[in-house]
Amino acid sequence: MGGIIEVRNLTAGYGGTAILENLTFDVHKGEIFVILGGSGCGKSTLLKHLIGLLPPLEGDILIEGKSLPKAEGRERQAILKRIGVSYQSGALFGSMTLSENVRLPLEEYTDLPNDALDLIAWMKLKLVGLENYVASLPSEVSGGMQKRAALARAMAMDPAVVFLDEPSAGLDPITSADLDALILRLNKTLGMTFVIVTHELPSIYAIADRVIMLDKKTKGIIAEGKPDDLRDHSDNAFVRQFFHREVTEVAE
Amino acid sequence: MAQDKAELAVERSENGPRLSLKGRLDAAGSAAVWQRAVREAQPGAVVDASGVTYCDSAGAALLYDLQQRNGVRIEGLPEEAKSLLKPYEKIEFPKLEKEPPRKESAPTAIGRVAVGLVRDARDQIIFTGQASVALIQGLFRPDLVRWRDMWHTFETAGVNALFIVGMIGFLTGMIMAFQSTVPLQQFGVDIFVVNLVALAMLRELGGIMTAIVLAGRSGSAFAAEIGTMKVNEEVDALTTMGLDPVRFLVVPKVMAAILVTPLLTIYANVIGIAGGLMVVMLFGHPWAAVYNQLTGAVDLSDIATGLIKSFFFGALVGGIGCLRGLQTKIGATAVGESTTRAVVSGITLIIVVDAIFAVVFWATNF
Repeated sequence: MGGIIEVRNLTAGYGGTAILENLTFDVHKGEIFVILGGSGCGKSTLLKHLIGLLPPLEGDILIEGKSLPKAEGRERQAILKRIGVSYQSGALFGSMTLSENVRLPLEEYTDLPNDALDLIAWMKLKLVGLENYVASLPSEVSGGMQKRAALARAMAMDPAVVFLDEPSAGLDPITSADLDALILRLNKTLGMTFVIVTHELPSIYAIADRVIMLDKKTKGIIAEGKPDDLRDHSDNAFVRQFFHREVTEVAE
Repeated sequence: MAQDKAELAVERSENGPRLSLKGRLDAAGSAAVWQRAVREAQPGAVVDASGVTYCDSAGAALLYDLQQRNGVRIEGLPEEAKSLLKPYEKIEFPKLEKEPPRKESAPTAIGRVAVGLVRDARDQIIFTGQASVALIQGLFRPDLVRWRDMWHTFETAGVNALFIVGMIGFLTGMIMAFQSTVPLQQFGVDIFVVNLVALAMLRELGGIMTAIVLAGRSGSAFAAEIGTMKVNEEVDALTTMGLDPVRFLVVPKVMAAILVTPLLTIYANVIGIAGGLMVVMLFGHPWAAVYNQLTGAVDLSDIATGLIKSFFFGALVGGIGCLRGLQTKIGATAVGESTTRAVVSGITLIIVVDAIFAVVFWATNF
């Protein structure tokens, strides 16, 4: 039995240029999986492949056993319904209230009556602590709130996996820690699987079950495992440096 | 999993209705039973949820909705629904009161529009002043002008518009000639079509068509470009660097528009007249006759009037595009709005200014 996401011999990149070569890894159901790496190593590119925005140059990506790159039309839509994505900037629709943002996928994909949509949107926003901002526009709430609202929208369809692109980028440490706690809570109570792209070490130690680390030079995965293990026992100098330098910085 | 589709069975008894929910309460299942369940859940109703085999957040929302109703009791709540509903134990869904759209009385509406127009006029005057100062400054201090941006705009607004301006000019010339040749032939004066096409093109149509094409192609592009920069706080970045957005963004564009419009107008005139003359010749008039007619019909003031106007049209289209861009508010819709406004006010102003020139030229016998 493979994972909820299975990546098989994936060569990732665009315009014919490979940025990552021959990646194989699994994401298991119910875990918080972190994709890690220095700037420019292809984290975001990999994420774009995982959520179907870019076609793989080679290899395959299976979500719940079904190939995302090979699926078309309704089949592809069915797979995409099973994933939720929260983008780095939040990417909320500026002309809609938070509630309308969360409602949108439900409105498009289901026949639920209007009251039900309002109720579900409110329940999702309650999960991220925004139940009092249902009628606010994204521009009227803070950056951290926008990220949480984006997370609520990503969860609207009860996806099997939620992808988060740099959830803590641009947030202060406290807000960022709150967001970590929220992710952890959603993971524990709802059993939701998270795939997170980040390089915030405090976040990683707080929430990650498993980490893969990408590398620009080898165009592949240079480390995989629990964050503590990688910090203490990795035989790769770059991995140790990555973890330690940041740790000392945080300790100060 | 079609076999355990969501179902709702209602039994009525003296103690009130008993609603039995069965099957998968996912989004589709909940949607199927929602309306009826809510309708049947009168006070005193009992909801039996023990037959629910699967429940996601849509199902949980349905159960929550029923639970919140006065006097409704839920039995046999499945474990997954319980955990999904846990965060909502102590909190109640506030009835979302949609604010009724405020009705505005006619005087208020008229007043609001009037104030808006006055404000916009004031903005335009201020902007015209700023842009003029920056342009004149640019003439005396050429090192302050971003020439590279200017030439780039010159190319996109001018060179790349040659095809469309040429095509529209040529076809307009032909159509005018065609439509007027037939009636004039009845009087045997169809050679005067040459006068008609040449004067109309030179004095009015060449310039106006070019300006309208420019407003649609480039005025909108200026507004969209500056508007997006505004939304992305790039304009703020310029301001905080101490760089004047008008000098930096507006001057190169307006300058390019002022330079390119007369050139495009000359081009449109030539092509348009050529189109008209072609039709006249197709109707059997020899080149020598057509040529004589043309040189007799046109004098320098005809060419000059069209060209003088085209400078103003260029300034107008470029300026209004940039102004609308700078007026952009927040968000993606705002950029669209600015672009629309750039084209609409661009075209309106072109016609208004043209009308003013018509009166001025008439009064001065030009």
